[in-house]
Amino acid sequence: MKSLEDLRRIREQTLESMKIRDNAAKCKIVVAMGTCGIAAGAREVMSAILDELNKRGITEVVVTQTGCKGLCEQEPLVDVCKPDQPTVTYGYVTPEKARTIVAQHLVNDSIVGDWVVKTQ
Amino acid sequence: MPFYRAHVLVCNGTPCILKGSRAVQTALVDEIKKKGLENEIKVVETGCLGISEVGPVMVVYPEGITYCGVTVNDVPTIVEEHLLKGRVVERLVYKERTASHVSAAAASRSREQRVVLKNVGSIDPTSIEEYIAVGGYEAMGKALTQMTPLEVIKAVKDSGLRGRGGAAFPTGLKWELTADAPGENKTIVCNADEGEPGNFKDRLILEGDPHSIVEAMIIAGYAIGANKGYVYIRGEYHQSVSHLERAIAVAREMELLGEDILGSRFNFDIEVFKGAGAYICGEETALLESLEGTRGESRMKPPYPPTSGLHGQPTVINNVETLANIPQIIANGAEWFASIGTEKSKGTKIFSPCGDVLYPGVYEVPFGTTMREVIYEMAGGIKSGKDLKAVLIGGPSGICISKEDLDRQFAFEDLPPGAGALIVIDEDKCIVDIMQNCAKFFLHESCGQCVPCREGTKRLYELFTWWQGGAGSPGDLALAQSLGDVMSVSAKCGLGQFAATAFRTSLPLFEEEYRAHVVDRVCPSGVCKMNNGCESEVV
Repeated sequence: MKSLEDLRRIREQTLESMKIRDNAAKCKIVVAMGTCGIAAGAREVMSAILDELNKRGITEVVVTQTGCKGLCEQEPLVDVCKPDQPTVTYGYVTPEKARTIVAQHLVNDSIVGDWVVKTQ
Repeated sequence: MPFYRAHVLVCNGTPCILKGSRAVQTALVDEIKKKGLENEIKVVETGCLGISEVGPVMVVYPEGITYCGVTVNDVPTIVEEHLLKGRVVERLVYKERTASHVSAAAASRSREQRVVLKNVGSIDPTSIEEYIAVGGYEAMGKALTQMTPLEVIKAVKDSGLRGRGGAAFPTGLKWELTADAPGENKTIVCNADEGEPGNFKDRLILEGDPHSIVEAMIIAGYAIGANKGYVYIRGEYHQSVSHLERAIAVAREMELLGEDILGSRFNFDIEVFKGAGAYICGEETALLESLEGTRGESRMKPPYPPTSGLHGQPTVINNVETLANIPQIIANGAEWFASIGTEKSKGTKIFSPCGDVLYPGVYEVPFGTTMREVIYEMAGGIKSGKDLKAVLIGGPSGICISKEDLDRQFAFEDLPPGAGALIVIDEDKCIVDIMQNCAKFFLHESCGQCVPCREGTKRLYELFTWWQGGAGSPGDLALAQSLGDVMSVSAKCGLGQFAATAFRTSLPLFEEEYRAHVVDRVCPSGVCKMNNGCESEVV
């Protein structure tokens, strides 16, 4: 490291990966991971979401899981909540659909209407 | 840098390690691998989270859930339930008070304000990147590239920072004296020989945020014109030593230590020196003797280290906590620092309440906080609801106060905090027994160089032991008092000067109890044997 600029570069890079530890309002993706969800493939959906976020270099989002929501039939279920917007629940999500949801909803801000189960 | 959906911070402070956090961490990493989650969940080892009494402790982000008392057997449950399925394992959740940044789920400790400890427990102390991410080395960069050494010294002076090792000498003034002193090879020494019983605040900084000390020493070196720094560290602090050595090695690798730091033409390097367990080596001149490779005995003063220290060259010796304040002062400005605390005591102080309190631990509060707040609101009060009898502030070499003083404020102008230890003693304990215990410590640690200390510590121990055995005589109290007075003015260094302080300050508070021992030969608390000296330990 030869200058203050080098220092600041490391700072910004690392700060991105540490954002998860502060509780500031940000987008949230919740994957339902009850037994039913996992049986229907929620693990693969989760992996696809993380992979897609990684590819796009998105860090301002919290990816978390929840239990069974009582809609076992429509699993895997994925919620997307953005600040000041209603939470959107998608059903029958596949890894491919999950990638589309990240691209369309999270990045481009357009809800993928066909797959929505519920909006609240 | 890969994106992890969850970070698990596992406390690796010494108390947690003793309770098995290493095994828990290994099991956690294995279990995460077993479930195929290693690319989603990051395990971070971190410094003490400050709630070690319920260790091993871990915090799971993004939720900010703190788990306590985690055993290896709990690990599969946490991974399966929380990390895989997102269901919090309620039975392990820590719901008590804790630092707000540690856990969002728990209530914040009232009045705690973290300046020195702001990174401890929230970053990985073995990762220089994480330290840099939270603003680390920015102050060093600012000092080296935008400020002159004089400006750095002025900032420290203006901040009003005073030494945190107990003597409370103004840090800026010490730096100025050293910078002005003639000499070629000036040195900065960090005194990390935290040997006073009851003190464990420096350990927390060294374990949890070692880079802050590296950064502070570079700034100090730049300010006083030193190219070499030493950390004299307590040999028993294995974790502190390894974290600090790792921090120094990585800083060297990244050229933050070495030659021409950040293109400023300033050269600086740090060496870690392990002490061998002598209490006297925490005294600054004895520390220097030890660093030079000779027997740890204090020197005649003056000259003081700022003019003649290590190898006769001007030397600054600062306590760990003092140094940990420096990067923040440089980064945020002297005015910011001076706005914390009281009129004459600036900044924060770390306290380590221990003894008969419910939650022993480390708490950082601004000056002006009362002792009642620290002991009752933060440390949870006295164990099993008993009454408070006395507190030794700063440890055995500090002053003894009773519950009458609970509402006094910690500040240099009111109740001096010493190094920060608060040894809390409940009503069941006997004051003579406590003093005998302290005297035994000093008897053991006296270096034997000067008569008042060598003889005084021994005679005091002897007297207390006699009183405990019911072999005191009516003139003993006055004798012990005058012995203490003589020691305080004639001993060569702090060890002997303060060895009788606790007794001298406790005498007016508990005169009746002392008198009961010496004159009536009874122990009101029922602790001492009072067997007329028959079975008392041979002195």
